[in-house]
Amino acid sequence: MTGRMTRPVLAACLTVLVLLALVPLLESNYLIDLFNEIMIYALFALSLNVIIGYSGNVSFGHAAYFAIGGYTMAILLTTYEWSLLPAFAAAVAFSFACSAVVAYFCTRLTDIYFAMLTLAFSMLVWGVAFKWRSMTGGDDGFVGVDVPAFIAERVPFYYFSLVVIATAVAVLWVICHSAFGRALLAVRENPVRAGFVGINTRLMRWWAFVVAGTFAGIAGSLFAMVHRGMYTESAFWPESATVLIMTLLGGMYSFFGPAIGAASLFLLERLTNEYTEYWPLVLGTILLAILMFLPEGLAGLAQAVRRQILRGR
Amino acid sequence: MDSIVQFAQQDLGNPGLAALLSNPSFAFIQLMNSFSQAMNLFIIAAGLSLIFGVLRVINFAHGAFYMFGAYIVYSVAQEWTGNFWLGVAAAGLGLAVMAVVIERGLFQYIYDKEHLMQLLLTFAVVLILSDVAKIIWGTDQYSVSYPASMKGAVDLGVTFYPTYRLFLIVVGPAIAIGLWLFTERTRFGRLTRAATQDREMLSALGVNVPIIYTGVFILGSVLAGIGGGLAAPFNSPTPGMDATIIVDCFVIVIVGGLGSIWGSFIGAIIYGLVFNYGSVIVPNWQDVFPFLILLAVLLVRPWGLFGKPEGGNA
Amino acid sequence: MLKIEGLFKQFGGFVAIDDVSFELLEGEKHAIIGPNGAGKTTFFNLVTGHLLPDRGSVAFQGEDITGRPPHRIVKLGLARSFQRINIYPRMSVFENVQVALIARERQEFRFFRLAAGLCGPETNGLLELVGLDEEADELAGELAYGKQKQLELAIALAENPRVLLLDEPTAGMSPSETEEAIRLIREIADARGLTLLFTEHDMTVVFGIADRITVLHHGEIIASGAPEAVRSDPVVRQVYLGEEEAANGAA
Repeated sequence: MTGRMTRPVLAACLTVLVLLALVPLLESNYLIDLFNEIMIYALFALSLNVIIGYSGNVSFGHAAYFAIGGYTMAILLTTYEWSLLPAFAAAVAFSFACSAVVAYFCTRLTDIYFAMLTLAFSMLVWGVAFKWRSMTGGDDGFVGVDVPAFIAERVPFYYFSLVVIATAVAVLWVICHSAFGRALLAVRENPVRAGFVGINTRLMRWWAFVVAGTFAGIAGSLFAMVHRGMYTESAFWPESATVLIMTLLGGMYSFFGPAIGAASLFLLERLTNEYTEYWPLVLGTILLAILMFLPEGLAGLAQAVRRQILRGR
Repeated sequence: MDSIVQFAQQDLGNPGLAALLSNPSFAFIQLMNSFSQAMNLFIIAAGLSLIFGVLRVINFAHGAFYMFGAYIVYSVAQEWTGNFWLGVAAAGLGLAVMAVVIERGLFQYIYDKEHLMQLLLTFAVVLILSDVAKIIWGTDQYSVSYPASMKGAVDLGVTFYPTYRLFLIVVGPAIAIGLWLFTERTRFGRLTRAATQDREMLSALGVNVPIIYTGVFILGSVLAGIGGGLAAPFNSPTPGMDATIIVDCFVIVIVGGLGSIWGSFIGAIIYGLVFNYGSVIVPNWQDVFPFLILLAVLLVRPWGLFGKPEGGNA
Repeated sequence: MLKIEGLFKQFGGFVAIDDVSFELLEGEKHAIIGPNGAGKTTFFNLVTGHLLPDRGSVAFQGEDITGRPPHRIVKLGLARSFQRINIYPRMSVFENVQVALIARERQEFRFFRLAAGLCGPETNGLLELVGLDEEADELAGELAYGKQKQLELAIALAENPRVLLLDEPTAGMSPSETEEAIRLIREIADARGLTLLFTEHDMTVVFGIADRITVLHHGEIIASGAPEAVRSDPVVRQVYLGEEEAANGAA
C-alpha cells in the first residue's frame, strides 16, 4: 500500500466506476439492488480496514456503527420527518460521536483486550436496538423508511448511492494515503518504535477507530434507505463477523482488497442461501481456510501470482 | 425510613426502588438472585480466564461450549434418561471430548501465531459450532426441568428461597476453592502456573508442555459445559445464547482481570448485583448496567481489578 | 543536558537500577558499559520513558521529564535506537525514515495531505548519510541485518535529536561492519554536534568513540570518568574488565 495511486489502479477504479454507472441499463431490478448492496458492503469493509489493516487492531464489533448510522437515518427520515441532507448529516455525526466515545475506552487497551471490548460494545448497541421498541421497532425491525421522493425510485436511488459511495471511498483513500495514514501504518507495524519517533499511538488508534466508525455509519445509512428499513441483525455479532471476514478475504494489507472481499463474499452468501440456511457454517469454514492458506487475502494472492509471473519472465 | 420509601415511590416514581427499601425479604431475594446468577456466570468465566492464563488465547468459542453444555443436558436429562445430574455429567464429558478435538485439531497450531490470527481462528470455531448446534437441535427453545431433589424451596427464616438456586450459591465458591487448591497445591497446577511464566524453560526441564496445554483447555471447557448444564433449567437452551454469555464473560473477566480466578469470582458477583438490582430499579435496561461498571473499571484500572498491567509506558 | 537523580527500579524482588545519579554533559560522547544484566537497557528504558521508575527523577535540559510517555520525550530532542532491531518490517526503507520525519514535523494528524513524496529530500538525504539510498524501495524487513541496524540509526537521526541514545549500535555486526558503523557514528555526531550516550559490549567501539565512560554493575554506578582513568580503575578491572578478559581468553 505504498505511495501514489498508480496509473493501472486509477484506470481500474475508473473502469469499475463506469461499469457500475452502466448497471441500470440492464433494466433488472434484481441486479440494481444487488450491486447497490455490494457497494454498501464494500464501503463498510473498507472502513473496517482502517482499524485492522492500518492501525493493526481487530474489531469484532464494527457492525455497531453501521447500525447506528442506519437507525439514525431511518428514525430521522421517518419518525421525525427530517429531509434528506440534515438526516444524513446527523446520521454521520452520530456515528462519529458514538465511535468517538467507544474508541476512547477501547483504545485504552490493545490486542485481545481491544477485540473483546469492541465485541462487548457492539452487543450493547444491539441490546439497545433490541430493547428500545418504541424508537427502533425492536425485534420486528424498523420498517417503512420514508425515502425522499426524488430518490424514491430504484434507479435515481442507485445513482445517489453510487455518488455517495464513490465520494466516501475517495475520501477514505486520501485519508489512508495521507501523512496520517502513513503514521498509522507505523503504529500497526511497531507501536513501540512509533512512540519513540514521537507519535502518540493511542491518539492515532483513536482517530483510526473514529474514521472507521464514521464511514461505517455512512454505509449503514444507505443500507437503511435501500432496504426501506433497519433490523437488529445489522447490529448483531454475525454481521460484524461477516464484514471482518470480507476484509480478511480481500486482504487487509491492500486498500482496495476489502472491497473485493466484500463483493466476493456477498455473492457467495447469495449463492449459499440458494442451497442451505447454514451460512455461518460456510462463513466459518471460509475463515478457517483464509487463516490457514490465504493469510494476506485475495489481494495478497494476486500480488504473489504477479510476482511469480514477473520472476518467470 | 418511611420517608425515603415515600420519596422513592412518589417523587422518583420508582416502585422498584420503593419495594427494595420497604420490603427486606424482597431485597434479600434480590441479593440471593444476584449470588446465584453470579456463581453460575463465575463457573463459565473462570474457564475462559483459566485458559487465557495458561494458553494466552482468548477463546471466543467458550460461549458456544456453554451452549453445547446446555443442549446436552436437555438431550440427556430431559429426552433420554430423565436424570438431571447424569445430564450435567454428560455435558462435562461431552465438552471434554470437544475440547480435545478442537485443541489438538486446531488450536495447537496457533500458539506461536499473532494474536489476531488466534482470535480469528477461535471466531471461526464460533461460527461453525453455532450452526452445528442448529443442525443437531434446530431452532426451538427447550425447557429443562429442575432436578427432582431440588424442586422446592428452603425456609431461610426471612423468606423461602428455591433450593436449586441455593445449590448454585454453594457450588460456585466450592469450585473457586477447588480451582485455587488445584493451581496452588497440586503438581499439575504448579506446572500450569510455571507454564504461564516460562514455556521454554519448562520444556527444557523435560515437562510435556503440550499435555499441560491440552489439560488446561479441557478443564476450562468442561467448566463452560457444566456451567451451561447447570444454567439450563432457568436459561432455556436456544440458538444465540452463546453470543450473550460470551459477552457477559468478557465483561466479568475484564472487570476482574484476565487470568485471575478470584478476579472472575469478584467480577461475577459485581455483575450479579448490578444486573439484579438494576432490573428492579430500572426494569428492562438491566443489560446496560454491567457495561457501566465495565466503563468505570476501564477508566481507573484498564487491566481489571485483579489483573496485571499490560507492561510498558507506551 | 541530561540529569538523573536517585533513579531506582525493581522488577518483582530484583533491583535492576539501584539509586543511580548521573549527568550527561553537552557535546560529550558518553559510553555506559557493564556486564550482561548490569541494567544498561533498563536504564535507557527509564530515561526515555518506556518504563516508569519507582523512585528518582530524570531532567532533560533542566526540564523534569520523569514519567512522561516516550512520544513526548522524543519531541524535546531525546532520541534513541534499540539493541534489538526495531523497525517497521512491512514498510519500505524510505517510509521507515519518512514516518519519523512526519512525526517530527507534526504532520501525523494531517488527514488530507498525501504522504507520497512528503519530506522526500530530507528522507533521501538521511538514507544517503547512512548508506541506504540504493535500498530505499525495499521492504525494511527484508534487509540484511547490518543494514537494518543502519536504518535504525537513520530513524533515530530523523528525529533531529540533540541527544542520541544508542543501545548497542554494533551488536551482531561483523568486524568490518562494526568499523564502518563506528566511523559513521563519530562522523555524524561531530557534524551535527550531537550529544551521544551509548551502551556497548565491544571495547574497541567504546574506546573508539567515547570521551567519557560510566561503568554499571548490578544496577549501580561503580566508576565514571575519562577512558584512561576507567581503564586503570582497580575496581573496574576486578569486576568488569577482569571478567571480560577472562571471557575473551576462554573464547
